Amino acid sequence: MAAYLILVPLLAVVFLNLPHLRLGTRAALALAGGLCAVQALLAVSVPEARWNAAGPEALDPSRLLATSFQVDHLTRVMFLAIGLVGACSALVARSLREGREGSFVFANLLLLAVCGMNGIVVVRDLFGLYVFLEITAIASLVLIVVERRRAAFEGAFKYMVLSAVATSLLLVGLALLLIVAGGTSFEAAAAGLRSAAGSKLGLLAIALFLSGLAMKAGAAPFHGWVPDAYTSAPSAVSVLLAGIVTKTTGVYTLIRVVDSVLGYGEPVRRVLLAAGMLSVLVGAVSALGQRDLKRVLAYSSVSQIGYILLGLGAGPGLGVAAAIFHLFNHAVFKTLLFVNASAVERQAGTCDLYRLGGLSVRMPVTGTTSVIAMLSTAGLPPFAGFWSKLLVVIALWKTGHAPLAAVAVLASVVTLAYLLRVQRRVFFGPLAPEHAGVVETGAWGLAPAVLLAAVTVAVGLAVPWLFQTFLLPVGSIL
Amino acid sequence: MTYVTEALLVLLALVALWTVQTTILRAAIGLALTSALVTALLFEMGARLAAVFELSVCAGLITVVFASTISMTRPIDDAEAARCRARRKRRFHPAFFLVALVGVGLWATGYALEVTAPAASAPLASAREVLWGARRLDLVGQLTVLFVGVFAVVVLFKERAEERAGEAGDRAGARTEEKAA
Repeated sequence: MAAYLILVPLLAVVFLNLPHLRLGTRAALALAGGLCAVQALLAVSVPEARWNAAGPEALDPSRLLATSFQVDHLTRVMFLAIGLVGACSALVARSLREGREGSFVFANLLLLAVCGMNGIVVVRDLFGLYVFLEITAIASLVLIVVERRRAAFEGAFKYMVLSAVATSLLLVGLALLLIVAGGTSFEAAAAGLRSAAGSKLGLLAIALFLSGLAMKAGAAPFHGWVPDAYTSAPSAVSVLLAGIVTKTTGVYTLIRVVDSVLGYGEPVRRVLLAAGMLSVLVGAVSALGQRDLKRVLAYSSVSQIGYILLGLGAGPGLGVAAAIFHLFNHAVFKTLLFVNASAVERQAGTCDLYRLGGLSVRMPVTGTTSVIAMLSTAGLPPFAGFWSKLLVVIALWKTGHAPLAAVAVLASVVTLAYLLRVQRRVFFGPLAPEHAGVVETGAWGLAPAVLLAAVTVAVGLAVPWLFQTFLLPVGSIL
Repeated sequence: MTYVTEALLVLLALVALWTVQTTILRAAIGLALTSALVTALLFEMGARLAAVFELSVCAGLITVVFASTISMTRPIDDAEAARCRARRKRRFHPAFFLVALVGVGLWATGYALEVTAPAASAPLASAREVLWGARRLDLVGQLTVLFVGVFAVVVLFKERAEERAGEAGDRAGARTEEKAA
C-alpha cells in the first residue's frame, strides 16, 4: 500500500499535464493539497498491518516496483507530517498566489517533492535513499526559484551547491560502504559495518554519511544555506522547505540511517551530540541578532534541529522517541510560524521587525496562533514542544550527559527571549501608522494556521496518552 | 588487470580530460561518454551492482545536463570563441596534474586504509537481472529524477526561450525595415 504514496503523486503530475486537459490553477492546487490531506488521514487511520499487507496482485504496485515496503511507527509519523505540511503549503499557495503565474507549476512541484519524500520514508536501501533524495532536492530547488526573483536565485544557488556537496559526500560514503559490505540494503550495510568494526574505511564511510546528512538537515556548522533559502523562497515554498523538506531529507534520514545502518556506537553518538549542541547554540544566538522575521525563524530551525540531534545522540529508547517526537512537533510549529510569517508579509508588505508592530489588533487570529506556535517552540507547557524538549533533556540526563541537558535548558530560555522579541515587535505594542489599513488574511490563509495551532495544543494535552501508546513504541521499534 | 581494463582506464582518463577542456555542449557529450566508459569498466571488473548504479545515476543526470546545456547555449562569433578557448585552457590545464595527484592519493590511501576486495555478494547472472530484478525501484526513481529534471528545465528556461524568440523577432523586424529603407 505504501507504494501508492510514491506512484499516486507522480501520476497526478502526469494527469495535470495531459495535453488536452486544461485544468486551472485552483484545480491543480486542490488536487495537490487534497492528495496530501488524504495521505495525512491515511497515516493516522490505517494500522500498520494494513500498510504492510500485500494487496491483490493486479492492484499491488510494489510488485511492479519489485520491492516490498515496510511501514513502521516512524514511517507513519513521517507520512502524517508530510501530508499535513504539504496540505498547509497548498492552502497557503491558494491564499497567496491566486491568479499569479507559477501557481500551476507550484502544484506540480509540490506533488513531485511529496513523491520524493514518501520514497525517502519507505525505502530501505541506501542507493534508493539517494535516488529519492535527488528527486526531492531538484523539486525543492525549482520551487525556490519558481517566481524568478533575484534573491531567490541566490538562495537557490547556495542550496544547490551545498546540496550537491552533500550528495557527493553521501555517494562517496555509499561507495565505501559498498566496498566494506558488498551491498546497499540497510541490513547488508549494517552487517558489513558490524563485521568490519574498527576498520578505517568503515569509519570514513560513516563520517562522510553523517556530514552529508547534517548538510541536508541544515545542522551547524553546515547551516549557511538555511536562512537564505528560507527567506528568499516564496512563502508557500518556505512553509514546505522549513516545515518538512529539510526534516525529511536530513533529519529523518539521519535517524533512520543511524538506527538501521550505522548503529549507536560511541563515535557516532559523540558526533551527534557535538553537532546537536553546536546547532542549538549557534541557531539560538544567531536568531537573537536578526531583524527579518523569516530569518529569525530560519535560525530557530537550526536550533531546533540541534535538539533532535541531541535526542538521537542520547541513544535508543527514550532518546530516539524524544528525537522523533520533537521532529514531528518542530514540523508542525515551524510550519505554523511560516504560515503566519507569510500572512504578515502579504498583509503588511514587509517582514522587517523594525517596521512592524501592533498587528494583533488588525490580525487577531494570526496573532493568537503565532503565540501558540512561539510558546511551543520555546518549550513552555502545556504545548507539544514542551513535552518533546523535556523528553530530550530527560534522555540526556539519564544517559549521563547532565551538562548537555543543562545547556539545552538554557538555550530554551534564549529561544523564549528571541521569540518574545519577535512577538512584541510584530504583534504587540502600538500599531504602526502605515499598517492602520491592514486586515486579517483570508480564510485560505487562516485555515492552515488554525489547524496547526489545534494540532499543537491537542498533541500537548494528549501527551500522557501518547507517551505509552505511541512514543515509547516509536523509540523501541527502530 | 586485463588489457581491456587497462585500455578502458586510459580511454577514460583521456575522455575525462577532454570533457573538462571543451565547449559546454561537447562537455555534456563528454560526460555521457565518461559515464559509459566508467560503466563498461565496472562491468569488466565484475562490479555489476556498481556499474548499474553508475548507469542509472548518469542516465538521469546527463539527460538533465544535456537539456540544460542546450537551453543555455547561444551562438557566438569567432573572436568570442577564441577567448573562451583561451580561458578554458588557463582554467583546466591543471586538471592533468590534479588527475595524477588524485591517482597517487587513492593508490596511497588504498594501502593506508587497508582496502580489500568487496565482500562477496550473491552472484548475479547479468546486467539485465541487476537492472530489472534487483534494482527496479532505483530505475523507476531515476526515471522520476529525469522527469523532474526535464520539468525543471522546461519551467526555468521557458521564459528565457520566449524572451530570446521575442528578441530574434525584433532583430528580424529591424533588418527588414533597414532593407526596406
